[in-house]
Amino acid sequence: MAIEVRDVNKSFGTTPVLRDVSIDVESGSLTALLGPSGGGKSTLLRVIAGLEQPDTGTVMISGVDATRLSPQRRNVGFVFQHYAAFKHLSVFRNVAFGLEIRKRPKDEIRKRVMELLELVHLEKMADRYPSQLSGGQRQRMALARALAVEPEVLLLDEPFGALDAQVRKELRTWLRRLHDEVHVTTVFVTHDQEEAIEVADTIVVLANGAVEQVGSPAEVYDNPANPFVMRFLGPVTEIGGSLVRPHDIEISTTPTEGATEATVSRIVRLGFEVRVELEIAGQEAWVQVTRGFAERLALQPGDTVNVRPNPGSRSLALSAV
Amino acid sequence: MSAAPVLGGTVTADEADEAAESLTIVKARHPWRWIASAVVLVLLAMAVNALITNPAWDWAIVGEYLFAPSVLEAVAFTIQLTVLGIVLGFLLGTVLALMRLSRSPLLVSVAWSYVWLFRSVPLILQLLFWYNLAILYRRISFGVPFGPALFDIGTMDLIGPVTAAVIGLTLHQAAYAAEIVRSGFLSVDQGQLEAASALGIPRTRQLFRILLPQAMRTIVPTAGNEIIGLVKGTSVVYIMALPELFYQVQVIYNRNGRVIAMLLVAAIWYLLLTTVLSVAQYYVERRFGRGAARALPPTPLQRVRGVLAVRRAARDQRLVDLGGGR
Repeated sequence: MAIEVRDVNKSFGTTPVLRDVSIDVESGSLTALLGPSGGGKSTLLRVIAGLEQPDTGTVMISGVDATRLSPQRRNVGFVFQHYAAFKHLSVFRNVAFGLEIRKRPKDEIRKRVMELLELVHLEKMADRYPSQLSGGQRQRMALARALAVEPEVLLLDEPFGALDAQVRKELRTWLRRLHDEVHVTTVFVTHDQEEAIEVADTIVVLANGAVEQVGSPAEVYDNPANPFVMRFLGPVTEIGGSLVRPHDIEISTTPTEGATEATVSRIVRLGFEVRVELEIAGQEAWVQVTRGFAERLALQPGDTVNVRPNPGSRSLALSAV
Repeated sequence: MSAAPVLGGTVTADEADEAAESLTIVKARHPWRWIASAVVLVLLAMAVNALITNPAWDWAIVGEYLFAPSVLEAVAFTIQLTVLGIVLGFLLGTVLALMRLSRSPLLVSVAWSYVWLFRSVPLILQLLFWYNLAILYRRISFGVPFGPALFDIGTMDLIGPVTAAVIGLTLHQAAYAAEIVRSGFLSVDQGQLEAASALGIPRTRQLFRILLPQAMRTIVPTAGNEIIGLVKGTSVVYIMALPELFYQVQVIYNRNGRVIAMLLVAAIWYLLLTTVLSVAQYYVERRFGRGAARALPPTPLQRVRGVLAVRRAARDQRLVDLGGGR
């Protein structure tokens, strides 16, 4: 295990932020800490980095108890949402800074920095200052800076949070590819479930300072541990007292076994998919179908249809909670 | 004024073109700007005239004393006091600022109290206090705190008027410098220090390599103010009969009676010193402004060169146009 967090508690004043949090991060993995804002994900990341001290519990990094170690001695790379670029230093010096402090020979530093800048596609920007870079470029520089000191773990706190949607998507894919190349154990914080599903091998869902579920993207999406996780990871709707994904619902115009009767209230076409809004015994629900399917059924508002969850799909009974 | 645009009538496209061609382009006029400029010019001329023609200004005497050895010595002493006051004041001020930002409540409150005390008491009073320290403590001893003294020395011998002046200026200046340096530190975002910590950079290195260079951008303009203030502020030490510029010109005019001329000599020197400092400040600011803006503003010299280059390019273009037209 690259990182082992055990029973960590942390409060800011009287507000608990982390409650008995324990997670394991495998060496070489790419893990996402996912959850709503205020859920404690950033605090957990900062506890791992040593930027915050836990009230109780331990943090092990590469088998060494790091709980009382200063951030300087943990050998972690940290990337901040707002870049935290050293504004008075050029891109080259920003990346070289950690190496200069370690008194490496000049040639070696130059070689390593240029390699890293190539890796993040900034080799032509070496002499610029951070203020002369775009947000995405600044964040790539911050990443190169964090990687320069060959950290045992790389921690990213909402790394793409301050970027516009287009750049965010590009960097997401790029981070995934970078990780495949560099293989450093990486943990990143995000509140965007799409980002977590697309990039990570493992997702840790955190809410109200506690771990809700840990698993692969497919596991947490398909087998959510509780309604909260299910709601947070994707769209849901309620049918017959259960939470179901709207794309996991069958609609038919003829009565089917185990199906519930519903009235179509509205049909919304969203490009290639169609959102069928229903009323089931006074409650609202919706189903996502393809355009072809909707056309075949020739649904109209006011029609009566039969709906049931897909036999193979997972639904969560709400009454139990 | 042959073909003004015809209103109400039918105008063909050709006619409209013709009308447009015959219109002459007239530059916008700014009559009030011209009148205001003229008034200011006249007032300036009157001021210069009053300065030159009134014999009471004694320009001959001003010229005679401007570079007199006693005046030059006084200028040197003023510079010396300023440099000592600023350098020592900012050193102590930086220590105080670091104390204010430390996590120890004791250090924070001591630094706060220092600033409170030394900003509250007028400089002139502080100077007289240090000057008269010998009344409070006849001898000052050095050694282990509360333990045996290694040696001691008479207060009068240790703290002469010059030392008293330097101590007074330094301690007073440090209180202001502490706040200036602290504001500089606060202007650098803390995320950079966290980033540096994660990179394994020790606290002291963070201070000197990251915090200070960036804090300087905020510190320099205010510090420039303080230095210029102190150049003139040193004149208060005249109450200790120290031969700085202001005291020296007073000594001279008490002897020769040319009050206005001698005050002018002092004023000219203060003006000169301040000018040199202002120019220096501009370049120091540029030095620490790197990375703060996308591009640094040009220096005055670069600006002049730029204007000349544009002029030359325009003239060359005109020559080409004329040549091409024929």
